[in-house]
Amino acid sequence: MKKLLDIKNLSIDFQTAGGLFRAVDQIDITCDSGEVLAIVGESGSGKSVAMLALMGLLPWNAKVSAELMQFDSKNMLAISKKERRKIIGKHIGMIFQEPMSSLNPCFTVGFQIVETLKLHLGLNRAQRRKKAIELLELVGIPAPETRLNAFPHQLSGGMCQRVMIAMVLASNPKLLIADEPTTALDVTIQAQILNLLLSLQKEKNMALILITHDMGVVAETADRVQVQYAGQKVEEQKVESLFQTPHHPYTLALLSSLPERADGRKLPSIAGLVPGQFDRPPACLFAPRCSFATSLCNKEVKKQSNLLGQALCNFPVTYTQQKNAGAKA
Amino acid sequence: MSKTIIEAKDLTRHYTVKKGFLQKKGIVKALESVCFKLQAGKTLAVVGESGCGKSTLARMVAMIEAPTRGSLEIDGQIASKPTSQGQRFLPAIENRKSVQIVFQNPYASLNPRHKTGTILEEPLLLNTKMQHAQRRKLAEKMMERVGLRPEHYDRYPHMFSGGQRQRIAIARAMILNPRVLVLDEPVSALDLSIQAQVLNILTDLQEERGLAYVFISHDLSVVKHLADDVMVMYLGKIVEAAPTKSLFEKPRHPYTAALLSATPTINPAARKKRITLTGELPSPLNPPKGCAFNPRCANASNICRTNAPPTEVAADRQLACFNPIV
Repeated sequence: MKKLLDIKNLSIDFQTAGGLFRAVDQIDITCDSGEVLAIVGESGSGKSVAMLALMGLLPWNAKVSAELMQFDSKNMLAISKKERRKIIGKHIGMIFQEPMSSLNPCFTVGFQIVETLKLHLGLNRAQRRKKAIELLELVGIPAPETRLNAFPHQLSGGMCQRVMIAMVLASNPKLLIADEPTTALDVTIQAQILNLLLSLQKEKNMALILITHDMGVVAETADRVQVQYAGQKVEEQKVESLFQTPHHPYTLALLSSLPERADGRKLPSIAGLVPGQFDRPPACLFAPRCSFATSLCNKEVKKQSNLLGQALCNFPVTYTQQKNAGAKA
Repeated sequence: MSKTIIEAKDLTRHYTVKKGFLQKKGIVKALESVCFKLQAGKTLAVVGESGCGKSTLARMVAMIEAPTRGSLEIDGQIASKPTSQGQRFLPAIENRKSVQIVFQNPYASLNPRHKTGTILEEPLLLNTKMQHAQRRKLAEKMMERVGLRPEHYDRYPHMFSGGQRQRIAIARAMILNPRVLVLDEPVSALDLSIQAQVLNILTDLQEERGLAYVFISHDLSVVKHLADDVMVMYLGKIVEAAPTKSLFEKPRHPYTAALLSATPTINPAARKKRITLTGELPSPLNPPKGCAFNPRCANASNICRTNAPPTEVAADRQLACFNPIV
C-alpha cells in the first residue's frame, strides 16, 4: 500500500556567504494516516527545514533535491505553485512553535479562522461563522462566540495555540505537522495541548508529524520515532524499542544523558559540539563525539537494516552489548 | 548541620500597575509571604508555571529589587529590606558580592560588544582592587574551570555556541567567589546533549566550593536530579515545599500532584493517566477569592472558595491546603 507521505533521499542546501551549507542530508520520511511520527533532534539537525521544504516555505537561497517527494500520490516536487497552494493549508496543516507570533496581531482570531474557511471551503458568511464557533468549541475554548472577536494579544499562549490548532483543523487536513507545538508552553498547558492533539488525531484518523526535542513528549505521544543528527537521519524505530534498545550510539548517549535516567550525581554527557558548516567530519558525522568510533568511521559509514533501526553507523549498538554494559555498571 | 546562608522571612513584593486612564491602580501580588532557609552546599529548586513569581523571587535574592514587606538575611545580616516606593536598597558590598546570578538566555545576557575577557573581568574591576595581570590570571583560571580554552579569552560572544555562552555566564558569576548562585532556568535554552555538560559543571562547582544554589526551573526531571529541596509556587505563594525525595514520592498539594503528572516521562511503557488541569493560571491582577488554585483544583471544597489556606509546617514540609492528598 502507498503511504500518505513518502519522501526519499531529501537533501536541502542553503546558499550562504561561506558556500553551500547542507542542512538536510539524504533523509527519508514516511508517515501514514492514523500514525504519529516524532522527529527528534537537537537544534540544527534539520528537522524543521525538511518539513518546511514539503510545505514550500523555504527562502529563495535553499536548494531542494529529492528522489521522491510524494503526498497523497501527488509529486510535490513537480507541481506548480498554484497547485501546491491547493494542497498546503488544506490537506497539509502546520502548527508552529510560537503561538503568539504565528497569529497576525492586527486581526481578530475570528477573522483569521474565517479566512482559512473562505479560502479552502468556500462557505458563505453565516456558515463560516458557525463553523468557526464549532472549531473553537472543538479545541476547548470557553465562550467561543465572544472569543471570535478577541485579538491574539488578549489570549494566553495556550489559548493562542488552541486557535492555531482550530485554524489548521478547519479544512480537515490529512497530515498535520506540529513543529515544537508545546515548547513555549507551561507543563500543565503542554499536557492539555498534547492530549487535545492526540484525541483529534485519533478522531479524524490524521497523520501527525511531531517535531520536538523533548524526549518525554516523544515517549508519551509517538508511535514511531526518527532521530536526526546534524541533518542526517541516524535512526528510526518504534517508540517502545527506541527507548529500550537504541541502536545508534548518538541515541544511546542522548538518552543516558537525560537527568531522568541518571543514577549518580554526575550525568553521562556527550563531549564536544554538533559539527557546524566548516567542520563537518568526512564520513560519519557523529564520529568525533562517539565512544565506539574507529578509523573506519572517518572513511565510510554504513546504513544498517530495519532490524537495527536503520542506524547510520558502522558499529550499531546491540541489545546484548547494552545488557553487558548494564551488568558491568 | 551546615550553616544557613539565606533566610527569607515573609518576603513579599507587590507591583502597582496602571489599568488605564482615570482608572484605579491595580496591585499585582507577585510574591506573597515567602519564607525559606537555604544552607551552604545545598540546592533549593523553585518550580511553578510562568507568572507564579519564580523570577521575582530570583531578583529578590539577587538584590536587584527590594521587597515590599519582609526581609532577606544573608549570612545573618539583613541584605534586603523594604524601602519606600520601591526604591533600591543598597546592601553592603560584601553581601552583594556573595550572591551572583546566571540568567536563562545566554544569547541575551552577555554584552555582544565585549570580549569574553572583558566580560569575566568586569566584576573584578568593579568590586576589587586587583591589577590587570591578576585579573587576567583569575579570569583564565575560571575559564579553564568551566571548560573553555585559553584562546577564547579574546573572542566575542557571537563566536560561541549556546552551551559555551552559558559557561561564560557561569564563569562570570563565579569569579567573585560567591556563596550563593541564583540560577534562573540555566539550561532551558540549551540542547539536550549540552544540558548534561552544563549541569555537570554546576554540580562540580557546588561540591568544590560549598555553594548554595537557588535553582529556578520548570523542568522537573532536572530539578529531581539536582535539588535537595523543592519549593512549588502558585500565583506568588508557596503551596508546598519539601525535600526533593519526599515531594516527588508523595506530593500532598493537588497542584504539586498535577504538576508532577503533567511532566512527560521517557518511559513509553509507563504512559500514565495524567491529572490534566483544566483552565489556566488566573490573572495575578485579579486572583480568585480564597485559595488561588481553587478554580482548577479537583479537591476544592467550599472553604477553599472563601478562605485562603494558612501555611502549615509539619516535619520537613510546608503546605498550604485545606484538603491535601493523604
